[in-house]
Amino acid sequence: MTATAPTRAPRGDRVRGSERGTAFAVHGLLIVFAIIAIAPILVVVINSFKTTMGIFGAPFALPGADTFTLQGYLDVFTGGDFVTNYRNSAVVTAVTIALTVALGTAAAWAIVEYKVRISPLITGFFIVGIMLPIRLGTVPLLKTMVSWNLIDTLPALILIYTAMQLPLAVALMMTYFRSVPTELKEAARMDGANEFRVLGIAIPLVRPGIAAVASITMLPVWNDLWFPLIFAPSKQNQTVTLGVQQFVGQFQSNYPALLAALTLGAIPLIVLFTVLSRQFIQGLSAGYGK
Amino acid sequence: MIRTATRYRMLAIFVLPALAIYVIFSVLPLLSSVILSFFNSSNGGSAFIAFGNYVHLFTDPYISGHFWNALRNSVEFFAIHLIVELPVGLLMAALLTSATLRRSRGIYRTLLFIPATLSVVIVGFIWRLIINPLWGVVSFPLLGNTATALPTISLMSVWEYIGIPMIFLYTALLAIPNDIVEASRIDGASPWQLFWRIKFPLIAPQFGLITILTYIWTFNGFDIVYALNGSAPGPNYSTDILGTLFYRTFFGSSGQVADLDLGATIASVIFFIILVTTAAYFVVLQRRIKTYEL
Repeated sequence: MTATAPTRAPRGDRVRGSERGTAFAVHGLLIVFAIIAIAPILVVVINSFKTTMGIFGAPFALPGADTFTLQGYLDVFTGGDFVTNYRNSAVVTAVTIALTVALGTAAAWAIVEYKVRISPLITGFFIVGIMLPIRLGTVPLLKTMVSWNLIDTLPALILIYTAMQLPLAVALMMTYFRSVPTELKEAARMDGANEFRVLGIAIPLVRPGIAAVASITMLPVWNDLWFPLIFAPSKQNQTVTLGVQQFVGQFQSNYPALLAALTLGAIPLIVLFTVLSRQFIQGLSAGYGK
Repeated sequence: MIRTATRYRMLAIFVLPALAIYVIFSVLPLLSSVILSFFNSSNGGSAFIAFGNYVHLFTDPYISGHFWNALRNSVEFFAIHLIVELPVGLLMAALLTSATLRRSRGIYRTLLFIPATLSVVIVGFIWRLIINPLWGVVSFPLLGNTATALPTISLMSVWEYIGIPMIFLYTALLAIPNDIVEASRIDGASPWQLFWRIKFPLIAPQFGLITILTYIWTFNGFDIVYALNGSAPGPNYSTDILGTLFYRTFFGSSGQVADLDLGATIASVIFFIILVTTAAYFVVLQRRIKTYEL
């Protein structure tokens, strides 16, 4: 957009004035939207550091000397199973991302690289999966998990989430593998590299794609409530999302603890998203848009 | 060139692991859900009863009443997303691509997307605290009234997920080549004309796609309603959507025994509704929307 700057110079002051008006309106609207998006979160975070009296006395005030407390956080760590919940969520999310990236990358590579008559069919079969409402298969999944003795385990969640995220990962990685130059792969083959070695050479070139897959897999897995509720409900297998849900039920009247639990549940993903937002945006647009 | 036999072998080695997981844990469960809906497994065995479950679902006054109520509510849940989330998301995307923004663009983009990184559990409780009549932000019990409860929950969901269509349309708008925009500007197009006559037609396919994705996601909705109101969502089932009805049916809840067959039947009906609408969309609408090669 910076390319428009030179054409602007010869215009008169009146135009520049209206541009200033536009800028004012654009910033104004965006600031209003940003406040609507962020203020509710801030209210929760700020009040999580206050006493119950402080929360109800002045809900929108910053914690003062007499209202500041960390009691909420102490209650969360002593009264709930937060550490276990965090570990479960981290394990499920990390293993799902690793599996999705590994299997999705391999599949996308082969679909792009080894063109055969049924290739369009395989591609289409994966693409359809992006839109499949996998939750509607929960009843048979439940029967499968029971018969495989995987009910109430983290592997049950990992397998389901990997299946859920693979179609998008394959579609996304295919767009990245298509841009790997043919000369590079042919040169490696001429030098006698086998197909695994050729893939190894191509992988560094699709690293942005892998980052995009990882960041776009993270959110729905970490935040899901449906599958943990059904496939890993017991205390030692609960994820953070389910843990917070149950914790909120238990501590209905302990507001500092409640707000501390909500804050602790939200922070990791807000931080990760802020760090990975570029990759995430790339993944969202390239994965669904193509 | 790689020989065809080698191609098939390599394809098998690399694709089969992904294909296996995808088929076993996603495709097959969906299909066997449909198969299960034709069987009765209540007394240990499994007897083929053709459309027996469907007849039960649509004729039993208790179950069918709940089904039609949940379907109506799901339509409302989607409609609110359609008329609030998509237009406002489009507006945010248009503002974010405005030429007057420079370095601040990334900051706004991140801030506006942050609610989408939260889990529904957190979103539900944040808003429940804010609209709690005791706190005094609104003195009317929005969640306690049958007329306002579902719109309120829908708007919470809109607040959370608006970043998704925003980012989606934002990247689509960014992909429009600058010379097309510049040419129309020199031809004297106002910003309003420029957006609706030039930019929007160019991103219409993406707008259609995010609309149908929103439809699929909302008809699969469950989390926000369950987080706020549990599996028999009140008041008086006014916030019961297809997802919560499905969950309550196969999992059971207080006052309702678990019925796996009926659950599979409801899942199949939801699947059918989504399938027909999505197919109709792609056959009828997406073809009419012109796609411009950029």
